Amino acid sequence: MAIRSFFVPFLLFGLYFYSSLSPVLSLYEDQVGLMDWHQQYIGKVKQAVFSTQKTGRRRVIVSTEENVIASLDLRHGEIFWRHLLGSDDVIDGIDIGLGKYVITLSSGGSILRSWNLPDGQMVWESYLQGPKHSKSFLLVPTNLKIEKDSVIVVFSNGRLHAVSCIDGEVLWKKDFEAESFEVQQVIKPPGSDLIYVVGFAASSQFEMYQINGRNGELLKHESTTFSSGFLGEVSLVSSETVVALDSTGSILLTISFQNGEISFQQTPISNLYEHFSGPAIIIPSSVPGIFAIKTNAITIFIRVIGEGMLEVAEKTNHETAISDSLPLSEGQQAFALIQHAGSEIHLAVKLAHDWDGNLLKESIKMNQQRGLVHKVFINNYIRTDKSHGFRVLIVMEDHSLLLLQQGTIVWSREDGLASIIDVTTSELPVERDGVSVAKVEHNLFEWLKGHMLKLKGTLMLASPEDVALIQSMRLKSSEKSKMTRDHNGFRKLLIVLTRAGKLFALHTGDGHIVWSHLLRSLHKSEPCQSPIGLNLYQWQVPHHHAMDENPSVLVVSRCGPSSDAPGVLSFIDTYTGNELSSLSLAHAVAQVIPLPYTDSTEQRLHLLIDSDKHAHLYPKTSEALSIFKREFSNIYWYSVEGHNGIIKGHALKYECTGKVADEFCFDTRELWSVVFPSESEKIIATVTRKLNEVVHTQAKVIADQDVMYKYISKNLLFVVTVAPKGCGEIGSVTPEESWLVAYLIDTVTGRILHRVTHHGAQGPVHAVFSENWVVYHYFNLRAHRYELSVIELYDQSRADNKDVWKLVLGKHNLTSPISLFSRPEVITKSQSYFFTHSVKAIAVTSTAKGITSKQLLIGTIGDQVLALDKRFLDPRRSVNPTQAEKEEGIIPLTDSLPIIPQSYVTHALRVEGLRGIITVPAKLESTTLVFAHGVDLFFTQLAPSRTYDSLTEDFNYALLLITIVALVAAIFVTWRLSERKELQEKWR
Amino acid sequence: MKSVKVIVPFLLALSLLSFSSFGFQSDELLVDDEEFGLEGSPQHRSSEPVLTRSQPVTRKRHSDLDSDSKIQFSLDHAFGDSDFSPAGTFSARLKTWSHGGQTLTKLRFSRNSFTDENKEKFKNLLKSDDFYRIRLPSKALSPPGRDFVISSVKARCLLREGLDEHFVIHMEGVNVLAVNYGSPGSCPYPRNLKFPAKWSFNSHTVLKNSEQAPRAPVFTEEILGDENAEGEVVQPPERPFWAKYWMYLIPLGLIVMNAVTQAMNMPEEQASGQAPAQGQPSAGAVQRGPSSAARRR
Repeated sequence: MAIRSFFVPFLLFGLYFYSSLSPVLSLYEDQVGLMDWHQQYIGKVKQAVFSTQKTGRRRVIVSTEENVIASLDLRHGEIFWRHLLGSDDVIDGIDIGLGKYVITLSSGGSILRSWNLPDGQMVWESYLQGPKHSKSFLLVPTNLKIEKDSVIVVFSNGRLHAVSCIDGEVLWKKDFEAESFEVQQVIKPPGSDLIYVVGFAASSQFEMYQINGRNGELLKHESTTFSSGFLGEVSLVSSETVVALDSTGSILLTISFQNGEISFQQTPISNLYEHFSGPAIIIPSSVPGIFAIKTNAITIFIRVIGEGMLEVAEKTNHETAISDSLPLSEGQQAFALIQHAGSEIHLAVKLAHDWDGNLLKESIKMNQQRGLVHKVFINNYIRTDKSHGFRVLIVMEDHSLLLLQQGTIVWSREDGLASIIDVTTSELPVERDGVSVAKVEHNLFEWLKGHMLKLKGTLMLASPEDVALIQSMRLKSSEKSKMTRDHNGFRKLLIVLTRAGKLFALHTGDGHIVWSHLLRSLHKSEPCQSPIGLNLYQWQVPHHHAMDENPSVLVVSRCGPSSDAPGVLSFIDTYTGNELSSLSLAHAVAQVIPLPYTDSTEQRLHLLIDSDKHAHLYPKTSEALSIFKREFSNIYWYSVEGHNGIIKGHALKYECTGKVADEFCFDTRELWSVVFPSESEKIIATVTRKLNEVVHTQAKVIADQDVMYKYISKNLLFVVTVAPKGCGEIGSVTPEESWLVAYLIDTVTGRILHRVTHHGAQGPVHAVFSENWVVYHYFNLRAHRYELSVIELYDQSRADNKDVWKLVLGKHNLTSPISLFSRPEVITKSQSYFFTHSVKAIAVTSTAKGITSKQLLIGTIGDQVLALDKRFLDPRRSVNPTQAEKEEGIIPLTDSLPIIPQSYVTHALRVEGLRGIITVPAKLESTTLVFAHGVDLFFTQLAPSRTYDSLTEDFNYALLLITIVALVAAIFVTWRLSERKELQEKWR
Repeated sequence: MKSVKVIVPFLLALSLLSFSSFGFQSDELLVDDEEFGLEGSPQHRSSEPVLTRSQPVTRKRHSDLDSDSKIQFSLDHAFGDSDFSPAGTFSARLKTWSHGGQTLTKLRFSRNSFTDENKEKFKNLLKSDDFYRIRLPSKALSPPGRDFVISSVKARCLLREGLDEHFVIHMEGVNVLAVNYGSPGSCPYPRNLKFPAKWSFNSHTVLKNSEQAPRAPVFTEEILGDENAEGEVVQPPERPFWAKYWMYLIPLGLIVMNAVTQAMNMPEEQASGQAPAQGQPSAGAVQRGPSSAARRR
C-alpha cells in the first residue's frame, strides 16, 4: 500500500503530463472505419409506396414503426434518404403526390408534411387541427383538382381537409362533430369529384356522408341502423361497397351506398363455411371484389359477386398475407398473395376479378429464422418482352424487409436491428491449432508486400495510389473479422435481442451478422398470446475448468404486457445460435437477479422474483441449490414500486409455503422500506452500479500524499424523485414548485447514505453509477440550462489507515470484513456544472482491471456519443487548484462542462434514434468497446487514457525488423572490417 | 527555460477561463439553518441536529411567530417474522412555520422496557442470528399514513454492554420518509453469539432532513476584472534552475563526464599501442602530453 501510494503520484503526474500534451482524444481522417462500424436501419415497415414516375421508378418510399420515412433503392435496398421523426410523431400514412412529393401524415393526423422525392428535403409542413380525436386517413387522388391545384384529402381529428399539394394550404375543411361518429373509411371513387366518408355511430348505426370534393359541401347524409352492431374494421370491396362484421363476429354485412342509398345484405358466415365456429375478424385489405376473414387459424377469401352476393373463393389453413391492389392497364387491378408452405413461400399475383387465374406464381425458399410474412407490397414493371412483371416487397415477422422478383430474393434488410431491447456480449471460440497457420503461410507474400507498402508510407515514398492501397488494406484487414478470440479481446460477439423476438449475434470486428435466431418461445402460441422479450443475461460463461462448453445466454420473456403474465426462459448457445432449451414458467417474472455464484459447469445462478414476491432459483439443480443454501443468509434484494413511491428491501425466508412443495422456491420477507410522500415526491429514476464492474483500488491518492478511501459497495441504489407536478414537460412548472431529490440508498439495510435536494430542478433524469460516484443530468429551471451533478462517496472508517507503520505492523483494518450493518461513516462530495446538451443516455467506459481513467459517454440530442473525461466531473475541482492538485490532474473549476468537438466518439456519424450505450471491457486494459444502438448501430473501441499498453494498429513491425537486421548486419560487417584492419596492421 | 515560458501563458489562459474563486459557492454545510427558516424555501429541508435522550439539544428559536404543538407517534417492533407490537413512543414538537411548512423538532424517545416474553424472543433471535425489526408510521401527524416505514437489523448487532440502538429518522416535512435502525457503532462480521448483561436500551435518535444541493457555480462577468491580478498569483513560484531540472542535469553531467574520460583514454591507448610497434618516440612524446595532463586532472 505504502509503495503504491508513493508510486501513484508519479504515475499520475506522468499521465497528467501526457494528457496535457494531448488533451483531446480524436481520430485522424484516415482512421475512420478502422475500428468502428456504423449500420443504418429503418425499422419494421408499416407502409410502402412505389413511385411510378420515371425519375422515381427505382425507388420505394417506406414508413416504419420506428417513425422513419425512407427512400430505398429498389435494386439494392440501400437508403437514398431517411428521416427519423420524433418518438411521439407516429406516422399514420404516406403517399406520393404529383409524382415528386412524398406526403406524410403523422402525430395522430395532425401534421401533414411534403418531402421532395429525389433528395428528401422537406417542401412544406402544415398543422391540421380538429374538434376531436379520430382515425386518420390520407388520400392523394390523381384526378381531383381545385383551380389547377392538386389536392390531398386528409381526414383527421374528426375533420375532413382538402390540402393543396403544392404549398400545403388548406383549401377547405368540413367538421364531423357528431359525438359518437367513428370514421371507418374515406373513399374517393375514381372518375368523380365525390368523397364518401363512412363510419359507425353509436355502435349500431351506419353513417354515410357524400361530399363534393371541389368545395367540401355536404351533398348527402344517410344513416341506417343495424340492430346487432358492428365489430372491428370494415373492408372496402368496391368504391361504393364495404364489408363489415356484426358484433358477434358471425354475420357478414355487405353495405353498399350506391347513389347515396344505403342497402344492407346479411350473410351468416356459417352459410359460406359450414365448420365455422367462434368469432371471425376481417383482414384489412382493399382489393376490389375480394376480402378475407380469419377464424381459428383458417383464412377464407370471399368474393363479392353482384348485389351483395358472397362466394368463397378459397379456404386455407396456411399463414397468408395479401397486398393491396395495384392498378394495371385498362381498369384491371392486380394483387399479390403469399402463402406459407413449410420452408417455402408461394407468391401468387392475381387479377382482382379473376381469382382462379394467376398472372404469376412463384415459390421461394425462405429462411425459417425470418418467421411469417406480415405484410406484402406489390409493384409492377415492364419486362423486356413488354409484358407485365411484378416484384413484391415483403415484411417478415422478424421485421426484415425483402424484395422478391423472378422467384428469388433480390435483397434483404435486417431491419429488426433497429429496435434492440437488450444487448450482452459473448467471447468467441479460442483459436485451435492448425486453423490459422496455413492462412498465414498463404498470406506471407501479401504480408510482406503490405509491410513494404507501409514502410514506403512511413518513409514518405508512397505514391497516391500506394496510399490508397494502404488505406484500403487497413480497412479490409481480415484480422478483425476472424471468428476466433484474439489476444487483446477486441473480437467478441454482441448478442442483441430485438423487439421482434429475434436474437442476433454481431461480430464486433465489422458488424456482420454471425447468426440469427427467431426465438420459438417468443412465437405466438395458445398459452402465450403476445409474448414480449424482456432481457438478456449471460447464463454460462465458460472459463477455467469448463472450457469445452459453449457459452450461452438466457432470454427472459413474458407472455403479455402485464407484469403478472407467466414468464418464458430460453437458453441460447452463443456460438451456434441454437436454442438449447426453453422453459415455460408457471410464475411471472418481475425481477431477475443474477447471483455472483456459478456451479461447476460455470452456469450462473439466477434468482427470479415473481409478482407475489416469491424467489425462484435457476438452474434447478441440486448443485445450484447447495451453493445457494450456503449463501442463503447473505442474499438480499430490493424492489422499487414506482407507481406508489415505495422502495422495499427483502431477505429470503425458507421454502415456499404453498400448494406444491418446490425446493427451488423461497418465501421472502420485508426488511426495510422507504416511503416517499406521495404529495411531494415521485420516483423517476433508479440506477445501480454494473454488476461486473471492476474497481482497481479503493485508495485514491490525493495531492499532498494523502489517501482517501472510496466507499465501494455493490449494494447502492441511486434514486431520484421529483415533485409530482414537475413530471411533465420541461417548463410546465415554475421553479418554486419543482424540485428534485437525489438519494443514495444501501439496498441491504435501507440506510439513506446521502440525500440532497435540488430546488428548481426538473427531470427527465439520466444517471450513471460507477465505482464510488454517480453522475446525473437534469434541467435547472432557474438557470434555464441543463446541469450535470456528481456525487462521490468516501469511506471514513478506513481513513486513518495512513500511517505507514500501522500498515507495516498490520494494525490496520483494511482486510477486515465489511458488514453493512455497521453504521457507515461516509462522507460525500458533490458539485454541479452546466451542460449544454439534453441527453438521451449516459454510460461510462469500463475496462478489464479498472485502472484506466474513466470517461462518461453521453448520448446527445443530436444522436451522437460524446466522450467526457471524468476529471471534468470531479467534486474536488476548485477555481484555483494548487500546484500539487494540478499535478494530480485537477482541472480548474468552470461553471459549464466543455464540449470539445473532437471528442465525439461517433465522429461525423449519427446514431439515429439513439437509445442505449453499452460498454464492454476488452482484455487490453487501456481499451473499452463501445456499442451504441438506436435505429442505427455504432460500434467503436475507445482508449480513455490512450493505448499506453500496446503499440498502435499500424505499428510497422517490418521497419523494426529491418532496422534490427540492418544493425546486426552492420555489426558483423564492421567487426569483419576491424578484424581485417587489425590483421593488416599486425602484418605491417 | 523555454518550456517555462510556454507553460506560464498556458496557466494564465487556464486561470482566465476558470475565473476567480469569488463565484464559487462555499463548501460550508448549513448546520444551523433554522436561522434561515423564515426566508427559506417552502419545503424546509436541512440537516437537523442530533437529539439524544440523554441530552436534548436546546437551541434558541428566534421566531415567536411559529406555533408549537406536541405530537406523539409510536414505535413498533417485531422479532424475526412475528407481528409488530408497540415498543416505545416518540414525542416531538410540531413546529409550524410562518410560511406554512411544518417540521418536527425536539424529538424524544421513550422505550418500553422488555417484558420477559420479549427477552425470550430476543434471545431466540440472538441464537438464530435473525432480524429485529422496527417500524414507524410514515405520517407522524396522522399515523399510520400511507404505509409504515420499516427497518431491521441483525439482533446480534445491537449488543454492547446492554443494548445500544441508533435511529436515523429521515423526515420530509412532517412525513417520515425512512428510518435507519442499527447499532451506533460497527457490527464486525462474524457476529458472535452472546447475551446482554442488562436488558436496557441505550437509544440515540437523529432527525435528518434533506440537504440543499450546492448551486452550480455561476461565474459572472464582473469577476473577470480582478482575474488578471489573481492570475499572477496562480503562477508557480519561480524555482531555481537547479531545483527544477536536476533530474535531467545529473544524468547529462554523468554522460558528459563519461564521454570526456572516454575521449581522454582513447588517444592514450592508441598511443600506447602504437609506440612499441612503430618506434617513433617523438610522435609518442607529442601524444603523451595531453594524456598525462588528463591523468593529472
